[in-house]
Amino acid sequence: MTSTTPLDLAPRPGSAPLGAMLRAQAGMELKLMLRNGEQVLLTLVIPLLLLVMGTKADQVVDLGPGRTIDIIAPGVLALAVLSTSFTSLAISTGFDRRYGVLKRLGASPLPRSVLLLGKVGAVAAVEAIQLAVLVPTALALGWRPDGGAVAWVWALALVVAGTAAFGSLGLLIAGTLRAEATLAVANLVYVLLLVGGGLMVPLSRYPEAGRHVMELVPSGALGEGLREAFAGGSALAPLAVLVGWSLVAGLATVRTFKWE
Amino acid sequence: MRYGATTAVDHLDLEIATGTVTAILGPNGAGKTTTVEVCEGFRPVQHGEVRVLGLDPRDASLRPRIGVMLQSGGAWSGSRADEMLRHIASLHAHPLDVDGLVERLGLGSCGRTPYRRLSGGQQQRLSLAMAIVGRPELLFLDEPTAGLDPQARRATWDLVTELRDHGVTTVLTTHFMDEAEQLSDVVHVVDAGRVIASGTPAELTHESARDTIRFTAAAGLDVLDLMHALPEGTKVEERVAGSYVVTGEVDPALLSTLTAWCASRKVLPESILVEHQTLEDRFLDLTGRSLR
Repeated sequence: MTSTTPLDLAPRPGSAPLGAMLRAQAGMELKLMLRNGEQVLLTLVIPLLLLVMGTKADQVVDLGPGRTIDIIAPGVLALAVLSTSFTSLAISTGFDRRYGVLKRLGASPLPRSVLLLGKVGAVAAVEAIQLAVLVPTALALGWRPDGGAVAWVWALALVVAGTAAFGSLGLLIAGTLRAEATLAVANLVYVLLLVGGGLMVPLSRYPEAGRHVMELVPSGALGEGLREAFAGGSALAPLAVLVGWSLVAGLATVRTFKWE
Repeated sequence: MRYGATTAVDHLDLEIATGTVTAILGPNGAGKTTTVEVCEGFRPVQHGEVRVLGLDPRDASLRPRIGVMLQSGGAWSGSRADEMLRHIASLHAHPLDVDGLVERLGLGSCGRTPYRRLSGGQQQRLSLAMAIVGRPELLFLDEPTAGLDPQARRATWDLVTELRDHGVTTVLTTHFMDEAEQLSDVVHVVDAGRVIASGTPAELTHESARDTIRFTAAAGLDVLDLMHALPEGTKVEERVAGSYVVTGEVDPALLSTLTAWCASRKVLPESILVEHQTLEDRFLDLTGRSLR
């Protein structure tokens, strides 16, 4: 522990520009997400497996009329959004809190709004990677989305609104529960929604009462919205549901989030 | 400051002068961390007033000007040591040279190691590096040398002293007396949420001058004659036959006079023990010796 280069220890305080802080923060969050094996399994490997195996899904469950891949592909995209914006974000934020990272950064020049935007940036980047992998794979497996360019505009709006809704819900859990409880709840919700949340199985296959409930749940709205958009229809109602959830969960998160 | 029904910090008044090192010394649970965290803006002030660099501790414009070393944690478990330090540096306008700092704190060998695999001492050093990398005016160090080996401890002390020489104000908490004694200009002893003694380390240890010389020699020496030989104000007692206690301004001259007096009377002491009260004695006098 000897010093060869003298350090200029004289005080010279100052914050980096906001843009530089945001780039640094988002870049760091993204690096850590991609480095974490469980996160990559959750956000990329599982959706990819479901997409490939899903082409045979009609032999296990009755997905209703239509080509299997055309039903499965939008569902897998919805699942990918859920895994990143909800499960992955909730778990990483829960452990940020637990390990004092949020506290440490709270004592640095980084404003909380930029910290949050950094997370949003990292989530958006992971989703871009997911879409860049999953969409070409689905197309290669024979997916034929209807609706042309309009369908993709609907899809983009649904993904953004879905990310906002799931992200707010994820932060709501991460900001109030212990890290271990967040881990458990985030994984449990992921599995429950995957199986029965209207993500993969079209709501038309649900019983009447279940269908009406699922239309109002964010996972059902996102899954059904994407299926309708790529069937050439309008996704306005599901989009409105997701925006509603974003507002409610966002407000609840702002009110309850504990930084340490 | 109250946590539920427990009052952690109560009527604690401190003033920290610019460019000094102040130690908040106290046993575990005395309220040291709570006090520091109020100043860092982590906890709201419930009663009274706290100003840090003239500002409310929660004022965002304070953030770039202060450096904070948490007692534990504060890094992503998957981030590498140098990556973490570089990240904190990137949030500041004029950070220290990261390579130089890494080298200075002996973190070079573990730069690529994920935070969760660093040893306790390495985590502490990284935490110190993160506190100073932004070149703050005011530094809060919460138990900066807990868990460090003697070399790393010494290096930390040197760095804190050097920072002070460069004009950085430091507030540190510790329960190591020698640390407070070595490093700080002012020590505040805190117990049960209150300051029970304040002063320079020298003032605190001399407040109740208890410096003594104990020597053993033949029984029945002329104690009064010895007292006349020694400077005024010095007391000599033969509490047990052959065992003498000299109390007063114990300095080298006093010891020399004592041994000269013995020599002139052909007395050879069997043992001479100079006892100097350390801050530790004072600390234990102030806070009690029992565990709680």
